[in-house]
Parts: sequence; C-alpha cells; structure tokens
Amino acid sequence: MTVTNLDNSKARTQQPALMRTEQLSLSYGKKIAFEDVSIAINQSKITALVGPSGCGKSSFLSCLNRLTDLIDNCRVTGRIFLEKWDVMNRNIDTIALRRRVGHIFQKPNPFPLDLWKNIAFPLKEHGVKNRQEIDSIVERVLKDVGLWDEVKDRLKDSALALSGGQQQRLCIARALALEPEVLLMDEPCSALDPISSGVVEDLIASLRQKYALLVVTHNLAQAKRIADYVGVFWVRDNRGKLIEFGEAKQVFESPQHDLTAAYISGHRG
Amino acid sequence: MKQEIIKSPISTILVWLVAVLVTGTFAWILGDIIFHGVGGISWEFLTTAPEDAGRSGGIGPILVSTGLILAVAMGVSVPLGVGTAILLAEFTSATNWFGRFVRRSLDILAGVPSIVFGLFGNAFFAKTLGLGFSILSGGLTLACMVLPILIRSAEEGLRGVPDELRLGAAALGLSRTTTLFHLLLPAAIPGLLVGLVLGIGRAIAETAALVFTSGYVARMPQSLLDSGRSLSIHIFDLSMNISGGDTNAYGSALVLVILLLMINATAAWLAHQSSSKYNDSYQFR
Repeated sequence: MTVTNLDNSKARTQQPALMRTEQLSLSYGKKIAFEDVSIAINQSKITALVGPSGCGKSSFLSCLNRLTDLIDNCRVTGRIFLEKWDVMNRNIDTIALRRRVGHIFQKPNPFPLDLWKNIAFPLKEHGVKNRQEIDSIVERVLKDVGLWDEVKDRLKDSALALSGGQQQRLCIARALALEPEVLLMDEPCSALDPISSGVVEDLIASLRQKYALLVVTHNLAQAKRIADYVGVFWVRDNRGKLIEFGEAKQVFESPQHDLTAAYISGHRG
Repeated sequence: MKQEIIKSPISTILVWLVAVLVTGTFAWILGDIIFHGVGGISWEFLTTAPEDAGRSGGIGPILVSTGLILAVAMGVSVPLGVGTAILLAEFTSATNWFGRFVRRSLDILAGVPSIVFGLFGNAFFAKTLGLGFSILSGGLTLACMVLPILIRSAEEGLRGVPDELRLGAAALGLSRTTTLFHLLLPAAIPGLLVGLVLGIGRAIAETAALVFTSGYVARMPQSLLDSGRSLSIHIFDLSMNISGGDTNAYGSALVLVILLLMINATAAWLAHQSSSKYNDSYQFR
C-alpha cells in the first residue's frame, strides 16, 4: 500500500498533525480486525473514514482514546501519538487522554440522569466544582449544539425523554463541555431519522473550526459534503485495511485505488 | 404469532385440571390460614408475650426476634453480596477462571439444604466462635444461606446494565469507581431489590437453619447474644409440640404470610419505580 503512505505523508507535510497513528493493528483473539493503519488527523479539519461495514472503522476509533482497554481479548499494536504524547504507553493517564479525545457513539448514550447532570456530572468529576461555572458551561455547550432553546426550560427532565437526535446532540454537548481537542465520531447520524441526521451533520460541520474531527461514516454522500480528508477502509483477506487516504477532493475525484473508485461510483460495497 | 389451540377435549380437560390443581392448592392453603387465623389476630396478639407455652398470649417478642434475626442477616449479607456481585460482574470477565469458580461455588451453596446450614451455623458460629444459641448466630447463619441468591441477582442486575453506559462513561474520562457508584449501581437497583426480596423471603420463612442457631427461647431478647425464637419456629413449635396451640399457630402463620406479601409488594413497587426511571426508559427513541 505504498500509494496510501505517500498520500498520507503528503497530507502530513501541510501542517503538523494533531494526532496520528503508525501501523496500527488490532485483533480480537486470533481474528485481526484491521492492520497497518497509518493516518493523520489535523486541527480544524474533518477527517472521514468510509468503507463497508465490518472493516474495523469503529474499532479503529476506540484505539485512539484507549477505550479498547475495556474490551476483553483485544490486542492493539502499532503507535498512536497525540502531538508528542505516546498514547499507547501503558502508564499513560487514560482519564486525561479521554478528556482530550472525546468520543461520540453511533447510538446516543446519555446517562439515565437529567439533562443538566448529564453535562455537569463529568465536569464535576474532572474538577469543575463551582456551580455558576458549571451552569455557564452547560449553557454554552447546549448553545453550541443548538439544543439550548429547545431544552432550557426542562434541564431537570430526564435526558432519556429527548428524541434520538436531541440525545445525540446532548452527547456531543457533554463531550464538548470537557473541552477536548479531538472528537471521534462513530457513525453519529446513522441511528437517527433523516431530519435529525441533517441537524447533527450541520452541527459536525460547524465544529470543524475548533476541533480536529475524525468521523466514521458509511454514508458516502455525507463524507463528500463534510470531509476535508478521507480514508477508505476495505476488507481484504478477512481483515480491515486502509486502502486509500488523502484529501477528500482528490479521493473522490481521482481515486488512486481501483477499489476506491468502484466504491465511490457505487459499483462495490 | 397465533397460538395453536389444542382441539382434543381430553387434553383440554387435563390442562385445565392441572391449572386448577395448582391454583386450587394455593388458594386452599391461603384460605385455610386466613379462615383459622384471622380471628386470632389483634393488636394485643401482635404486642404481648406468649403465655402457657404459646397456647395463649401473643407473639410480641417473637416478632422482635424475627426482626432482629432478619436485620443481622441482611445487614451482613447485603454489603457482602453486593461487593461480590460487583467483583463478579465488573472486574472479572464471564470466562475468567476465578469468576467461574466463585459462581459455581455459589450455585452449589444455593442448593445446600437449610438443615446443613443450621448444623454449620451451630458448629461454627454457636460453638467455635462462642456466640451460643443467639440471634447473632441465627442471623449470621441465615446470611450465609441467602448470600448465593443475593449475589446472583445483584450480578444479573449489574450485567443487565447496557455496555453503552460503561463505554460512554469511560469515553468521558470517568473512573471505574465513579462509574460504578454513580451510574451502574443506580441502574442495577431493580436487580438488587429482587435479590433482596428473594433473600428476605427465604430468611423470614426459614426454620431448620434457626433451630440449631437462634434457638427456641420465646422471651423478649435483651441483646443480640440472647436466644430468640423466630416466627417460623414459633409456628413449628405450636403446631407440632404444643397440644392446643393450633389457634395461635394459625394466627402466627397468617402474620408471616402477610409479612411476606407486604415485602414482595414493596419490592415490586420499588423495582417498578426505579426501573421506570432507569432501565426501561434506557432505550433508543
């Protein structure tokens, strides 16, 4: 996959990557989920990972904030850097790491608490104790995700009473409250209805200014609309591979790899 | 799916017969206890001490002893049980050899006849630890007996909490301890309550394990080291050993049944309250 690596380094020279992986591989027991994935994630850019289901895109995300630590039988090799920080180091403070690298899941997963507590509880755990400060952060992040006007009068209601799209935006607000630098998003729209999906997609696009976003999606049209960089995952020999990585325009308009071309044109995948 | 209706009249009659038999037996027992017991129950019956070996008088001290035995049993077994359940559900995987060993041991313990627990309690708590025939011995013996039920249902409760909650909490940089106490345990409350009720239910109705540990003494207990007679033993004694004790035995049995029903109803209500707050609504909309 020399082509991939070339593209990758090209992308990297334009600006120093905020986060990058080198030859990252992951296996569950003897089954290899993906291998040799090297990508760079840049500040103020949206990097989209596309490809058919089951090629290890979600597993890849979970490596970046070491959520893989929670999964039995899961082995990760290769290297991950957040700036100069070696994420794979055993002794790293995963709590600090996860504060810097937020994660949004496919299925909205608000806590079974009220709206306010959903955001305040993690904040408190990270040392923000002042009630006024918490209130102002809650208001700010809810405004950031466009939820404030919808929910400001019912912050004490259960978060589970919200619609799917609202729940997902709450989850994004909850992650933003911790002021992360990188946001990992695992198919954040795929479990939502079309309208909510559109709202969340616009939200993601608007977050580009402040964060480095890595968005997994199998919605190619969505990747085309929002992504600055695109990585294409594919299953080969029963394991996931990154077959192409580069600027979105280039990947969509003149893909280097035959499979990418077939995938983008809708002939494969 | 529509159920296939059995057409043959003989099997229809048989199926109905079985159903009638089961519910009939239950209704008969309950009806019998209510019919014979309800006349004996009064405020006085509930508060005064038994007289003439229980033929007359009430069950005041016996209720107190029963309450104390239960309190000891639950006070010891609930923290131990929840702790073990946390270890099994959160800190060992389903395939871990240690977890499997503990679970297998609990299954065996759950199947041990209560008389064996009674003999063990007598040998260990009463004799070796020198607690004698006392409420403490009885309570501790019952604690051992209900632990397997408590642990298994608490573990099921914890395992029933969706993994998204654990992953979501970890992704926000919350520690395992925080996640456990603020998110997982509250969400597991319905399971914990079910375990608690099953445990109390088994403990309050227990006779054999208490005969050898908390003893027969029907006086008002002065401390946990006094012997105390539980309701179930009182019923057993009145109906088996005391001629003319049947009326009070029925009264005591009715009290026991009412207590059991009340505990069950309370727990069902509590479980419903917290499950509608947590688990049931924890679904995608």
